[in-house]
Amino acid sequence: MTEPVEGLLRELAPQALAALVRRHGDFDHAEDAVQEALLDAATQWRDSGLPANPRGWLVTVATRRLVEIWRREASRRRREESVAADPVAPVVSGTDDSLELLLLCCHPALTRPSQVALTLRAVGGLATAEIARAFLVPEATIAQRISRAKATITRSGARFELPPDAELGTRIATVAAVVYLIFTEGHTASSGPAVGRADLTAESIRLARLLRDRAGRDDRLAAHRGELDGLLALLLLTDARSASRVGDGGRLVPLAEQDRSTWDRARIEEGVELVTGALRRSPLGPYQLQAAIAAVHAEAPSTDRTDWPQILALYDLLVAFAPGPMTSLNRIVAVAMVHGERTALAELEDCAAELAGHHRVHSVRGHLLERLGETAAAVEQYRLAARATLSVPEQRYLMTRVQALTG
Amino acid sequence: MKYLILIHQNRGAREQFAAMSEEVQAAGLKAYQVLNASLVDAGEFVAAEALADDSTSTVVRLTDTGFVSTDGPFAEAKELLAGFYLVDVPSRERAVEIATQIPEVQGGAAGVEVRPVMDYSTGEG
Repeated sequence: MTEPVEGLLRELAPQALAALVRRHGDFDHAEDAVQEALLDAATQWRDSGLPANPRGWLVTVATRRLVEIWRREASRRRREESVAADPVAPVVSGTDDSLELLLLCCHPALTRPSQVALTLRAVGGLATAEIARAFLVPEATIAQRISRAKATITRSGARFELPPDAELGTRIATVAAVVYLIFTEGHTASSGPAVGRADLTAESIRLARLLRDRAGRDDRLAAHRGELDGLLALLLLTDARSASRVGDGGRLVPLAEQDRSTWDRARIEEGVELVTGALRRSPLGPYQLQAAIAAVHAEAPSTDRTDWPQILALYDLLVAFAPGPMTSLNRIVAVAMVHGERTALAELEDCAAELAGHHRVHSVRGHLLERLGETAAAVEQYRLAARATLSVPEQRYLMTRVQALTG
Repeated sequence: MKYLILIHQNRGAREQFAAMSEEVQAAGLKAYQVLNASLVDAGEFVAAEALADDSTSTVVRLTDTGFVSTDGPFAEAKELLAGFYLVDVPSRERAVEIATQIPEVQGGAAGVEVRPVMDYSTGEG
């Protein structure tokens, strides 16, 4: 498939699905129908060119496919008469239902891997095979994950609408977490056999834009605008640095050594503007805070000339909003830059119980000890971290530190 | 998260299994089919295989004179790596739960090792 057609199909897929679900209900079969229509479109549009109204074409073909699926199901159940021959009028709808779709795909009854797979297919318009390739599992496993997820949604009686205000916050937080996870799956894939995952980065940014656009137009979502701005800003600011964080052969380059001239200035500018606006207008939240931290890094000319007191203040807030081992550890790195390595080490020991078993405890402690010149102790910590990590590039990086300090 | 579940079978378990009644053997094989189907159904299955006896192994090594391959049997370890499951699951707890559902483990004929699979992602930051 050519790039423009592929991009257009990804954009139209959730719109067509939303149109079908709004009109006919039956999310489960509607999703299958849209997948079939996408395959039709991919071949026909390539061979015969784009139709005059691509969205209308896709909705019409998907609706026809849905009726076919119903007929197949019905004949299987021997009750063909129960299917009304629903006249298929063209659906004209200017409404954007992507958020309703995302809320369904990220339904709380689903496990995180199921939410991710369903979101990528139903809203992202990715084929099952593409998702399977991205996650290095058999296509049948993803197909089953998706079909099971849809059955769970149907059983839960979830409706194609925004949940009540009391629930909306947590539900949107789940959607944001899924979008962020899709981003990190793409962003952190550097080398090795996991090719094709860069697409996930682009897809997650597109989803974050969809969410933000919708929130901007819909007053029911006013309370969530700040965090959705923050999410998009965080993705843009993180992605802006992607070219510099991985060196030859998938070698991990730490922030201090990254070539800042390769950072994507346009992305940084957009991200900084988004997060600045959000912080000024909206109540604080974890995505805004993480984006603000990323913005301070992005605007600094070097690690030494970074506004570490501001970063530490932001981490103090973030620990209060969204406590977690990674947040605590990142905060300790900032403590070292502001108050020195001794203070940071003492704080690290203070929260050692909370962080027990996290391999990054060893790499952070090793980093602090290395800066203090306590080489032997640093080496020991790096070795412990290298044994515990599940990331091949990170392990190689830690081994490189050991080599540098012992060689 | 992917986990490799390694089935370390007690030496002699296969012989003991063959000595059991046909019904018990059929039930054992059926239990594996049920487990495999449930993993496929849950969208967690990546791969699973039973391995031939380690006396059938070939070990290949690079030496000063080039590659040298040696066919088994080798000195027997106490346990035999008899098979594996590769699963993609939301948590380690779920991987351990799957491990306890392996019929040989339930029957006390094997110990099981649950090992996280490394990936090529660069982690956060």
